[in-house]
Amino acid sequence: MAQLQVNIGNLSLRNPVMTASGTFGYGLEYADFVRLDRLGGIIVKGTTLRPREGNPYPRMYETAGGMLNCVGLQNKGVDYFCQEIYPQIKNLDTHVVVNVSGSSPEDYAECAARIAALDRIPAIELNISCPNVKDGGMAFGVTCEGAASVVRAVRAAYPKTLIVKLSPNVTSIADIARAVEDCGADAVSLINTLMGMAVDIERRSPVLSIATGGLSGPAVKPIALRMVWQVARAVKIPIVGLGGIMNATDAIEFLMAGATAVEIGTANFVDPAVSEKVVDGIDAWLDAHGVGDVRDIIGALKC
Amino acid sequence: MTKQLIDLTVAAVERLNATHVLLRLTDAARPLPAMWPGQFVEVRVDHSATTLLRRPISINFVDQERNELWLLVHEVGNGTRALGRLVAGDTVNCLLPLGNGFTLPTTGGGRYLLVGGGVGTAPLLYYGDELRRRGCEPIFLLGARTKGDLLQLDAFKRIGRVETTTEDGSMGAKGFVTQHPMLASERFDAIATCGPKPMMVAVARYAEATGTPCEASLENRMACGLGACLCCVEDTTEGNVCVCKEGPVFNIKRLKWLNSK
Ligand SMILES: Cc1cc2nc3c(=O)[nH]c(=O)nc-3n(C[C@H](O)[C@H](O)[C@H](O)COP(=O)(O)OP(=O)(O)OC[C@H]3O[C@@H](n4cnc5c(N)ncnc54)[C@H](O)[C@@H]3O)c2cc1C
Ligand SMILES: Cc1cc2nc3c(=O)[nH]c(=O)nc-3n(C[C@H](O)[C@H](O)[C@H](O)COP(=O)(O)O)c2cc1C
Ligand code: FES
Repeated sequence: MAQLQVNIGNLSLRNPVMTASGTFGYGLEYADFVRLDRLGGIIVKGTTLRPREGNPYPRMYETAGGMLNCVGLQNKGVDYFCQEIYPQIKNLDTHVVVNVSGSSPEDYAECAARIAALDRIPAIELNISCPNVKDGGMAFGVTCEGAASVVRAVRAAYPKTLIVKLSPNVTSIADIARAVEDCGADAVSLINTLMGMAVDIERRSPVLSIATGGLSGPAVKPIALRMVWQVARAVKIPIVGLGGIMNATDAIEFLMAGATAVEIGTANFVDPAVSEKVVDGIDAWLDAHGVGDVRDIIGALKC
Repeated sequence: MTKQLIDLTVAAVERLNATHVLLRLTDAARPLPAMWPGQFVEVRVDHSATTLLRRPISINFVDQERNELWLLVHEVGNGTRALGRLVAGDTVNCLLPLGNGFTLPTTGGGRYLLVGGGVGTAPLLYYGDELRRRGCEPIFLLGARTKGDLLQLDAFKRIGRVETTTEDGSMGAKGFVTQHPMLASERFDAIATCGPKPMMVAVARYAEATGTPCEASLENRMACGLGACLCCVEDTTEGNVCVCKEGPVFNIKRLKWLNSK
């Protein structure tokens, strides 16, 4: 048993493995397969100030080594979350982090402030990178000024651990990471999905209802790893790495590239029990390699 | 109902025609979990390099005596074709049972019309059998393009009366299921349907016109199968709901099919 505990801002995780927003519901959906108290944390579905219906069906299409989705932040709004969902998840013995989205800096800040009032939510993950909504979402995450405007507004309204989730749909992700660090983010997580598309040649139309969608799954892992590595050299705050992690080996690659923790997304659809297996797999690898503390491999690439 | 992630063993594979196979799965170690008609399984596809996500497949039948779960697979793409290549003794990882099934009556006696098209006939076998057990009368109306595409007819006939339609007239009445003469001459206490959407919409219209309660089983594309990803939604009277969790079986009154053209 290696030492697995890591810190993200003021948040102490029992191990570096969390689940990614939008892929693990509110955790309860997976309780039949995963002992949730064995996870470092659960990042719940994107939450917005007001309810959103999301995009029309079809919202999903499988592609080589991955999938496209354009769910579009369907959720019942932050008040519903606070009143109806929070009571069901507040006693889970793991950190529950809320993924927050919005269409203006004020929306983000108001949503964050309402979540700040919930004792058992120690952190939020600010989604400035959703490629599937027109109003806001990724629009903020693709420029340093846009990212900074949201993070500044939220930082003023939210005193707990603030993780900012970055978009890979940019020219220099390191510049964006620096901008959000300067505005007081406690950590960054990356990557959100890559904007993609699929075509149905018989119908001569895009497959997805809004034409484009976000690509996730093993196909994106090399890009995600490269970005984590670049950001690790650009900022001092901790990095949460994700994008295509399917097993413990993938997770360890992200840790070595500079991530302090990781998130598992699309892999939960393939194996609902995978998150707990990744925890066990990291532990076993560390033991097999005589590494007593997971922190010793973080950013430990030789290059 | 607790969901399980279990490895089942292929007891037998029956090839029904060029593009359909029946997989009979079993668990040698323990009894299969309770499963209801209309529920489905998310099957992991192990031998297709291009298939990542699980594939949703309806519960075709549960043979309690032999401890078997039957899946009827239409080979339409790489995932289902890989399932079609399984042989006896192979292992299949299954996430089950998922979703909410068809309404099961608590009293006997009703006449139930079960209308299936193509591989959509799959869940009706188990549903019809359960209705029969409960003292109801299942009447099957099964449609396909041609005779060779009408599947499991013997199994259906063991449970109840079977009427068929084929588009080319090679068996039963010629045309679509909704053109079958029985619909004009008979009335039913309830209807259940599964198959291509245009067929289900036509059945729903018939049900509406005759004032018969009707349930339809939807096949929206799915990722998680657990209500976590919100990929599989159907636009209903309550807004977008997950077919995998709230369905796949819906009362047609919840769907917006009849308002659209
Ligand atoms: C609840 C549910 C129950 C189902 N039950 C059965 C069953 O009992 N037997 C069975 O054979 N199939 C069933 N299906 C459909 C089955 O899941 C799909 O055919 C399968 O996922 C296709 O995978 P593939 O890799 O072979 O094809 P892909 O390569 O993914 O697709 C091949 C072709 O099939 C079409 N297709 C794929 N998925 C769907 C879908 N969900 N609906 C309509 N068209 C689709 C694609 O557009 C494409 O043209 C069910 C689906 C759902 C949601
Ligand atoms: C169906 C689906 C829904 C998602 N919803 C959200 C969301 O609400 N908020 C968010 O920040 N990211 C969302 N994501 C992105 C994932 O959290 C993750 O960043 C991305 O999928 C890459 O990781 P992966 O390859 O491990 O899945 C979603 C991804 C998928 C596949
Ligand atoms: S398939 Fe994920 S919510 Fe239905």
